[in-house]
Amino acid sequence: MQTKFEEMVSVIRQEEIADDIYSMWLKTEQIVAYAKAGQFVSVYSNDGSRLLPRPISICEIDKEKGAIRLVYRIAGKGTAEFSGMRAGMQLKVVGPLGNGFTKKDKKAFLIGGGIGIPPMLQLAKELDCEKQMVLGYRDELFLTEEFEAFGKVYIATEDGSAGTKGNVLDAIRENGLTADVIYACGPAPMLRALKEYAQENGIECWISMEERMACGIGACLACVCKSKEKDAHSNVNNKRICKEGPVFLAEEVEF
Amino acid sequence: MNMKVDLCGVTLKNPVMTASGTFGAGEEYSEFVDLNKLGAVVTKGVANVPWEGNPTPRVAEVYGGMLNAIGLQNPGIDLFIERDIPFLKQYDTKIIVNVCGHTTEEYVEVVKRLADQPVDMLEINISCPNVKEGGIAFGQNPKTVEDITREIKKYAAQPVIMKLSPNVTDITETARAAEAGGADALSLINTLTGMKIDINRRKFVLANKTGGMSGPAVHPVAVRMVYQTAQAVDIPIIGMGGIMNAEDAIEMILAGATAVSVGTANFTNPKVTEEIVEGIAAYMEKYQVNDIKELVGAVV
Repeated sequence: MQTKFEEMVSVIRQEEIADDIYSMWLKTEQIVAYAKAGQFVSVYSNDGSRLLPRPISICEIDKEKGAIRLVYRIAGKGTAEFSGMRAGMQLKVVGPLGNGFTKKDKKAFLIGGGIGIPPMLQLAKELDCEKQMVLGYRDELFLTEEFEAFGKVYIATEDGSAGTKGNVLDAIRENGLTADVIYACGPAPMLRALKEYAQENGIECWISMEERMACGIGACLACVCKSKEKDAHSNVNNKRICKEGPVFLAEEVEF
Repeated sequence: MNMKVDLCGVTLKNPVMTASGTFGAGEEYSEFVDLNKLGAVVTKGVANVPWEGNPTPRVAEVYGGMLNAIGLQNPGIDLFIERDIPFLKQYDTKIIVNVCGHTTEEYVEVVKRLADQPVDMLEINISCPNVKEGGIAFGQNPKTVEDITREIKKYAAQPVIMKLSPNVTDITETARAAEAGGADALSLINTLTGMKIDINRRKFVLANKTGGMSGPAVHPVAVRMVYQTAQAVDIPIIGMGGIMNAEDAIEMILAGATAVSVGTANFTNPKVTEEIVEGIAAYMEKYQVNDIKELVGAVV
């Protein structure tokens, strides 16, 4: 059964929600029907000099309206091009890609750091259990109010301008929070710290990884991460982030 | 209108194949492409044992191209025979297995293992720029090219294609050496060694520092090398290097390629291989070419 689709999609609307961070809603027919929290799409440039798709996590899925929302940071020329797209303009998108989050019915931490925050929003919508959102920012906040619709939000900022001064673990400790499962997406140092925290406290921990990709569908082996056990597909201790991931049980991967 | 081509006694339904390393063993792309429509699938390089490949980042985009330093990660010949060949056998396309190794003995071991397998041809990768031993170490010296070709030919049950590196002063020297060693065909070009530096972090973008450059920016280099090689040898050539569309493929055929491989373009457009087959047919119709063989080396 085909679960991945190549679609020309049109931009419904786009806005800058923080410095260099954009929110773009796309009208899709096929991708939206299969998409779930934690998956990503490959977005292709309209400029022939930029060959590789940009993997961008799905922030929200609106099955009724047939739309997906991408929230991304300008990281180079490709994402800069996307940020200039206006309503009605077209983009080639392939997706949905990757495995997405495995949802558990347990008291949960949804933890996002920086540009790892957006995919947690769709997960917050889909998870029907007690949940606490812990969001880590450098300084400027974004999406915070949208998370508040789904539960209690705790904030950490590196400069202390909002919430706890420090990182997401500082916010968890300062507020004396506990949970039975962690879902997280963010920079590698944050994920590493959460893996350790989860191990120390015996908490199930799911993390969403990222790496530079080329094909986005598991063929080129560019975006691998080290795995604890030998992977069934690769036959070595490597897992494909785009295919077996991007979400892994923290104990399965080494980074 | 005939699009069939003969490659060392193997008949391909059309000249379009996939370039090794960009298409896995076809399974992932089969969601986008009807593999039955391709002339052949060339699989990712396989060694005698599993290889872990290089650290990440393994890829970087550059203007009009990309760099890769995957390091020939592969599951080893046992799993390949058990899983990947049976997968491809479900389709009406030819199977060309790309073989890699660190030493002549390792290449030979894989070639021997494939002798009784239902594969149509072997492509020997002596040109990977991303592994320290083997790969390009064999491919840059005409003497070693000839020796390894001769050694592999002793054991190969299928026609042998030697895949050549463009990272040489004169590709016709290694091409002639492969022919002298008994190669049945040549494929060229592998990637051009490149480098990218992140000026903000003052670091190499690739963990391997260098990577192989591919994509449309290398296409003119590849066309030139295919043309030169076609003048220098009598065995068929599979042309590759930055083919993004049917026009690029036809250019390569006119330069002297009997068949073409499409690589990096798969990343830009997962359906591109099928589209190139259709585009070549449309070109033949437009110019009333009855047989694709009329186009091979037809540049004047």
